[in-house]
Amino acid sequence: MSSQVMTAENRKSLDENDVILEVTDLKKHFPISSGIVFQRQVGAVRAVDGISFHVVRGETLGLVGESGCGKSTTGRTILQLYRPTEGSVKFEGQELSTMGGNDLRQMRRRMQIIFQDPFASLNPRMTVGSIVSEPLQIHKIYSNKKERQQYVEQLMEKVGLNPYFINRYPHEFSGGQRQRIGIARALALEPSFIVADEPISALDVSIQAQVVNLMEELQDELNLTYLFIAHDLSMVRHICDRVAVMYLGKIVELGPVDEVYDNPQHPYTQALLSAVPVPDPMVEENRQRIIISGDLPSPANPPTGCNFNTRCPVRFDLCFEEPDPPLIEARPDHYVSCHRVT
Amino acid sequence: MSVLLDVKDLIVRFYTQEGTVYAVNGVSFELEEGETLGIVGESGSGKSVSSLALMGLIPSPPGKVESGTVMFEGRDLLTLKPDQMRLIRGKEIAMIFQDPMTSLNPVLTIGTQITESLKLHEGMNTSQSRKRAADLLDMVGIPDAYRRLDDYPHQFSGGMRQRVMIAMGLSCNPKLLIADEPTTALDVTIQAQIIELVKQLKDEFNMAMIWITHDLGVVAGIADRIQVMYGGRIMESGSSHEVFGDSRHPYTEGLLGSLPRLDSSGEEKLTQIEGSPPDMRNEPAGCPFAPRCDVREYMNLEKCWDERPPLETVPADGGDGTHVMSCWADIREGVAENV
Repeated sequence: MSSQVMTAENRKSLDENDVILEVTDLKKHFPISSGIVFQRQVGAVRAVDGISFHVVRGETLGLVGESGCGKSTTGRTILQLYRPTEGSVKFEGQELSTMGGNDLRQMRRRMQIIFQDPFASLNPRMTVGSIVSEPLQIHKIYSNKKERQQYVEQLMEKVGLNPYFINRYPHEFSGGQRQRIGIARALALEPSFIVADEPISALDVSIQAQVVNLMEELQDELNLTYLFIAHDLSMVRHICDRVAVMYLGKIVELGPVDEVYDNPQHPYTQALLSAVPVPDPMVEENRQRIIISGDLPSPANPPTGCNFNTRCPVRFDLCFEEPDPPLIEARPDHYVSCHRVT
Repeated sequence: MSVLLDVKDLIVRFYTQEGTVYAVNGVSFELEEGETLGIVGESGSGKSVSSLALMGLIPSPPGKVESGTVMFEGRDLLTLKPDQMRLIRGKEIAMIFQDPMTSLNPVLTIGTQITESLKLHEGMNTSQSRKRAADLLDMVGIPDAYRRLDDYPHQFSGGMRQRVMIAMGLSCNPKLLIADEPTTALDVTIQAQIIELVKQLKDEFNMAMIWITHDLGVVAGIADRIQVMYGGRIMESGSSHEVFGDSRHPYTEGLLGSLPRLDSSGEEKLTQIEGSPPDMRNEPAGCPFAPRCDVREYMNLEKCWDERPPLETVPADGGDGTHVMSCWADIREGVAENV
């Protein structure tokens, strides 16, 4: 009960002007090359193709879309794990896209990532203790080994792992516990911003709630800001304050989560939301589904005009002629990129 | 309606180097003609293994069907010889698997793979079977079907491959279709396409269906009856309205509470089930859910550790007696005491 009240207060106390991350016209194109000896570029996969948004300190921004829409690439490009092709990423007022070397390494203390697959993202030959303390060693936080171990034990306790397991290896843990190890590693440097790249989609249903609750508790306690990348739209509604819907490398809709879910404006968002099954047969019987036909076009060869025009149920002439409908404010704080919405 | 499939006391174990895995520990259920049964469970709950067992597809060794009967149209499938079983598999009972990339043969064309069962079971020649295969592909919504018979699986997208799998499954008009997580590998918009397609084809072919999934949302819209599995046992079973609207088992209740809903804003905290799924290498003496069960903890029931609760009709239930669960505690009683 108390945590419920706290969350509500926290949500109100967000300072709209305290922008922690500002992304402007971000592009990430992966080259396609041809030839064995003399390689030349024959095209590019436009994974992220010009997106802009900001994240306020203490909030959770959800990034949703189908596989291949560029949501994971966005997360990694923000952290400079991929260097952007174009555009700017400003984190706590500093431009990251031109930063390198030691400066960038220092910034990494403030921003971390939790990966999707807790089986692949932990080194099987390192103990939990060495996995969690590796960031501390790299950044030379504790010179004293004893202090470092004490801190790691504290961290393990904080994420709900028994510190007694500090010398065990990842294979000795279940999926949910491994994801807790990943979270402890991300928290080790006390970051203010965490990219959570599908942190729960590899977990069993009964374990997902445990990890989500943990992430929410940690957010309240440490005033963390999350970029929550997911394809589970129900979970995004639960955990996020605002949501951005991506399609083929572009943001098609952006706004407060309840507003977007209750009044979706873009035809893609409408179809996406209507496709999510609800665990209630009474609701399912009376639901109107918008089934969009066809598959996602290749991001190496996007359609001319609006990206969605190959599958859109409400397309008209303008959608094929005019490229890139601008992201306009259709309702208060609710932005949509569609020629139908003006 | 008559009973099409009657499974009784199915027990499946795997004898591995790390010890015996108690995958399915006494599962019984019936399926009527034309009915859709949704089997829900987490990984390791035995939902896939029990359906593989009734198709006779348990790899042996290490797997072994220890006991049980699977009556299908008056015959016990578990006692049939391999060549008799082959006449049923693909013809009377068909199966769709989760990952259409690994269940299609990458070096054979789609046409070759669909016509295989038509030639085997229906005795068609090449031109007849190719025509039928093209009709089937057309029916599952693949454009330009006849030309695409000569394409290979990698030339299709994920959703299209699953459509090909469905066409193969339906090729011989089966009486029962078993779909093992058919939409788990797909995106939600493609999942919605496939679910609509299967619903429509099920009515057209008038077949029964078993839909195995971990996603409670998917079965809510498609299944007549739901069966919730955990630790190789059935925890609760009933019509989808009973299981979702009036769930009585602590595990079902916990699962539903841990799911956020798309149609409500998420201010309240999710209820979580503590602990992790059981290690199936230890045969639980009592209820497999006992270590994680908060009702057991609250009511302090010792029985749960030592004795397996039988699958019995839910007490004080207004239904027709098909709503059954396997639990020593009545959750409503417990809640009443709590309040």
